Amino acid sequence: MQKIYLDHSATTPMNEKVLDAMMPYFTSEFGNATSIHTFGQKASLAVQRARENTALFLNCKASEVVFTSGATEANNIAILGLIKALQKNNLGKIHIITSTIEHPAVLECFQLLEKEDDIEVSYLPVNSKGIVSKDEFEKLIKDNTVFVSMMYVNNETGAVQPILDIAKTIKKVKEKRKKEGAKFPLYFHTDAVQAANFFSCDVKDLGVDLMSLSGHKISGPKGVGVLFVKDNIVLEPIQFGGHQEKGLRSGTLNVPGIVGIGEALLFAEDRRKTNSKKVSGLRDMLIEGVTENIPDVVLNGDMDNISPFHANLGFKGIEGESILLDLDFEGIAVSTGSACASGALNPSHVLLAMGIRKEDAHGAIRFTLGSSNTEKEIETVIEKLPKIIKRLRKIAPKN
Amino acid sequence: MYTKQVLDHFRNPRNLGALKNSDAIGQKGNPACGDVMKIYLKVGSRDGDGTAKQEYIQDIRFETLGCAAAIAVSSLLTEAAKGKSLKEAKAITKNRIIEDAGGLPPAKIHCSMLGIDALREAIDNYQQSK
Repeated sequence: MQKIYLDHSATTPMNEKVLDAMMPYFTSEFGNATSIHTFGQKASLAVQRARENTALFLNCKASEVVFTSGATEANNIAILGLIKALQKNNLGKIHIITSTIEHPAVLECFQLLEKEDDIEVSYLPVNSKGIVSKDEFEKLIKDNTVFVSMMYVNNETGAVQPILDIAKTIKKVKEKRKKEGAKFPLYFHTDAVQAANFFSCDVKDLGVDLMSLSGHKISGPKGVGVLFVKDNIVLEPIQFGGHQEKGLRSGTLNVPGIVGIGEALLFAEDRRKTNSKKVSGLRDMLIEGVTENIPDVVLNGDMDNISPFHANLGFKGIEGESILLDLDFEGIAVSTGSACASGALNPSHVLLAMGIRKEDAHGAIRFTLGSSNTEKEIETVIEKLPKIIKRLRKIAPKN
Repeated sequence: MYTKQVLDHFRNPRNLGALKNSDAIGQKGNPACGDVMKIYLKVGSRDGDGTAKQEYIQDIRFETLGCAAAIAVSSLLTEAAKGKSLKEAKAITKNRIIEDAGGLPPAKIHCSMLGIDALREAIDNYQQSK
């Protein structure tokens, strides 16, 4: 049976050139990058090259790149590490802001910090299209706001957030505070995991202080991520050991993984230019084909403001997991908007934040396309899906 | 994550659909939770152990909104209940259905109860309506 992979937001197949680049560092060049001997030097050199590739992609200095075990760890170090460092400055009560639609790797850090007496957290809501408002954001900022974390592209809906506008507002606030001699600093972190394939991650253009990336979402390996930390920003470590990565991420460097993410980022820039149109064309074809052939389907999001590879579709009167499984029997891999499949029973916090009713949120399916998908594959999905939806609606009670 | 039995009943549900001229209906769950189970019963009468006639489930059908586990459990439950006396059908346990399913992921076990509750409600409705 033909296998059709439409879950690129979950993970991407690794580029073979990336694998080729990684291979020697598992076997012949196996040295520990912090060892002083020749074995170590070779590994260290490879890490340095990867750091430079990453810096090129981010338009930052190599010294501003911290390799981590993934984006979850990068988010944890950025948020918990920064707040821990700020708490040492005797600022008194501090205020931090994030959005209601963040990935749990961000959201749960804020929920943890919220329990501390000296920290107040605000959650910026989104509109029905899943996008935060710049004006609402401005209203949330207080004199003691010290940190903002806002994702670039939402993982479930693909909604692109107005990161540039948020950064501009932050810059304005910082300038005003400087003039007034205010004691509170203000830092901006973005989780750019879902953006790296199709959007510029130039940290200077974006005006961010901290940015998280993941290897396996960009045709690189799993188990490796990047945290960009702007020069002069002090983070406290949240894990302890051998002081690798300037003490921020203790633990032996994952040399093959780091080589892999560095290599993947080299291709990311080209991929962005050449593939964006192709992927969004297929995605549009999918949305059109599905909505034309199936009644009671809605796009959870706004066509003008979603990433080129996302289509989150809500099928009324069905539970998403059933659709996922039926599609899987046809060789088609997607994911649900509902967390039911992954063990939790509540529907997606992202869709609920958009004001979508619980009963409708349960019927969401996330299609995320990649550059290897073809027109023929999308045709197959458009052909198979109506029968599946019909079958499942028939199983459900009519009232 | 699902057993062969669950996938089989999800793909090929037994006793599916509304039952015309049903004697009783039971329904549990709500769409906001993502699970609704509706059970239709046709009750028959046959010779019991003693002299009294025994009422039994002559036919049973279901309709379910929910995940694969919810659909499969509903289907398995109708198979377990069909032909049973009302008393026996009411005594079908969660563990029996989980066993028939060859096991369920822990997070999905709550939905097996919904089907059982819908069946018990249908039986109660029948007995009260008499």
